[in-house]
Amino acid sequence: MPVETWLIFLLGFMILGSIVALEIRDILSSIVAVGVVGLALSIAFLFLQAPDLAVVQFLFEIFALIILVCAFVRKEFHALEPARASRWIFGFTLIGLAAILALSLKVFRLLPAFGRPLMEVSRHYLEHAAAETGAANVVTAVILDYRAFDTLGEITVLLTAILGTLTVLRTRARSGKGGDR
Amino acid sequence: MRDVKPGLTVIVKTVNRLILWMIFLYGIYIILHGHLSPGGGFGGGVVLALGFLGVLLAYGRGFSLNWLRLGTLRDLEYSAPLLFLGFGLAGMAWGGAFLANFLSKGKLFALLSSGVILPLNIVIGLKVGLSLFLVVLALAEFDPSQGDDE
Repeated sequence: MPVETWLIFLLGFMILGSIVALEIRDILSSIVAVGVVGLALSIAFLFLQAPDLAVVQFLFEIFALIILVCAFVRKEFHALEPARASRWIFGFTLIGLAAILALSLKVFRLLPAFGRPLMEVSRHYLEHAAAETGAANVVTAVILDYRAFDTLGEITVLLTAILGTLTVLRTRARSGKGGDR
Repeated sequence: MRDVKPGLTVIVKTVNRLILWMIFLYGIYIILHGHLSPGGGFGGGVVLALGFLGVLLAYGRGFSLNWLRLGTLRDLEYSAPLLFLGFGLAGMAWGGAFLANFLSKGKLFALLSSGVILPLNIVIGLKVGLSLFLVVLALAEFDPSQGDDE
């Protein structure tokens, strides 16, 4: 079977898993469904011959599953009220998206045609990465040499997320139990 | 075994003690060989965080916090982006551009090759592993059912 057939099968599986995760009432089943989606994504990365991404996705999926189970499987979280967004919020979101699309039409016109300079940058990476950076793994060469600035941004995002989490949870823990670590 | 009350059973604790250093070794291997084989800082960092998480789940929160020195971990985690920035500025000083690869490239497929990529991988692995572990710790903080109250 060609790769595309497997990918379509996996994508259908993931869509099914997402719908189950959204619609099911029990939060533990919902977490398991989210984990199934992530693991299917990791297998899809393997089919697309991206072992780096597959490794990270697989490990992180296990980690996220443990975090979610630790954090949310408690008595008070078990039965979730189905969230009901107000009609106003929905309308505003729709108008905002339409405005963004209308404003960005000019930008779209400035872009080069889709796939026109075919694999120009990628080909340069594939041909010159080993000689220019000395790294045998081209993915790492791109992440940490050609686009190291992007990685710096990712690290900053991670730091901000951790700071926010610690701040919010620390105040809740302090007000809840009165104990300061 | 000294403190029976917090954490899981003695079987889990023993297996965890035996397997923990292998997990750390695997994570460090993935980080150090990031420029040679699939993996790198992000994947290896998650492996390290999973090792820490195993300690936390098996031994309970109080024991882990005594063993791990939380303040040191947090300082290391916060200083990782500064280290990354430092490498960037060093590239500016000696390589001519921000985050330029100013160290020697070395031989292809050698462990000590590819210049600045190897230390940057180590920094990222440290950062990812510690920050994920800190998130777990923060989420376990106000959990009444997990571990004992210090």
